[in-house]
Amino acid sequence: MDWQGQNLVEQIMQIMLLVFAVIAFVAGYVLGSFQMMMIVYAGGVTLTALITVPNWPLFNRHPLNWLDPSEAEKHSKPQVAVSLKKKGTKK
Amino acid sequence: MHSFGYRLNGLLTFSVTILAIMCAIASLSDNLNSRSPSAEIQVMNINWFQKQPQANDEVSLTMNISADLQSLFTWNTKQLFIFVAAEYDTPKNSLNQVSLWDAIIPAKVHAKFWIHTSNKYRFVDQGKYLRGKKFNLTLHWHVMPKTGKMFADKIVLTGYSFPEEYR
Repeated sequence: MDWQGQNLVEQIMQIMLLVFAVIAFVAGYVLGSFQMMMIVYAGGVTLTALITVPNWPLFNRHPLNWLDPSEAEKHSKPQVAVSLKKKGTKK
Repeated sequence: MHSFGYRLNGLLTFSVTILAIMCAIASLSDNLNSRSPSAEIQVMNINWFQKQPQANDEVSLTMNISADLQSLFTWNTKQLFIFVAAEYDTPKNSLNQVSLWDAIIPAKVHAKFWIHTSNKYRFVDQGKYLRGKKFNLTLHWHVMPKTGKMFADKIVLTGYSFPEEYR
């Protein structure tokens, strides 16, 4: 999933879970049935999972364009800095 | 949120946290319930009233217990545990409470009932003080929730007394 997709998915997940929690509580309270609240909420969690967890193509519409390998070779790699001697440290 | 596992973990954690908050609110909503229970107990008969050999008084009684506890049930109630206790004082103990009968009411429809029964548990005094003694019968109930806080309360019914002599 690309970055924008991840952002979108996080928002969708939080909003959907909260909305389903409110709907489930109201349904259970009005109907006087604790079981109804649990069923509606479980359904909501499953639906949210199906929408937000798998890697749908919808969330991959802004892929990052990594630099071509041939381009990278034309520019020099940064020099590795000389590392300081480290004394043996106890872990 | 960059892998399947991360998203799944985040979703499950968040959903379970929200579930805990929903259960807490459901328990708080029990306080909105206005309760109006009623009960009546008649002692139909004192079956026998004797002194155990060299020891304490014991009595067996038959009671007619009727009650309407339907208003105690809410959407968050799993069951109602009720029991009848006899309360009296003696020179030895300032308060004695003896449980005589109990029951579990699993649903609202069963909460309006009457039952004709002898005491389920033996009524034995710590001593020999029951002759002519006045006592109260208290109906206690515990409202056991599906989630959250349990409420307990009682109705005190006065005016009962034991016979003056053993029979």
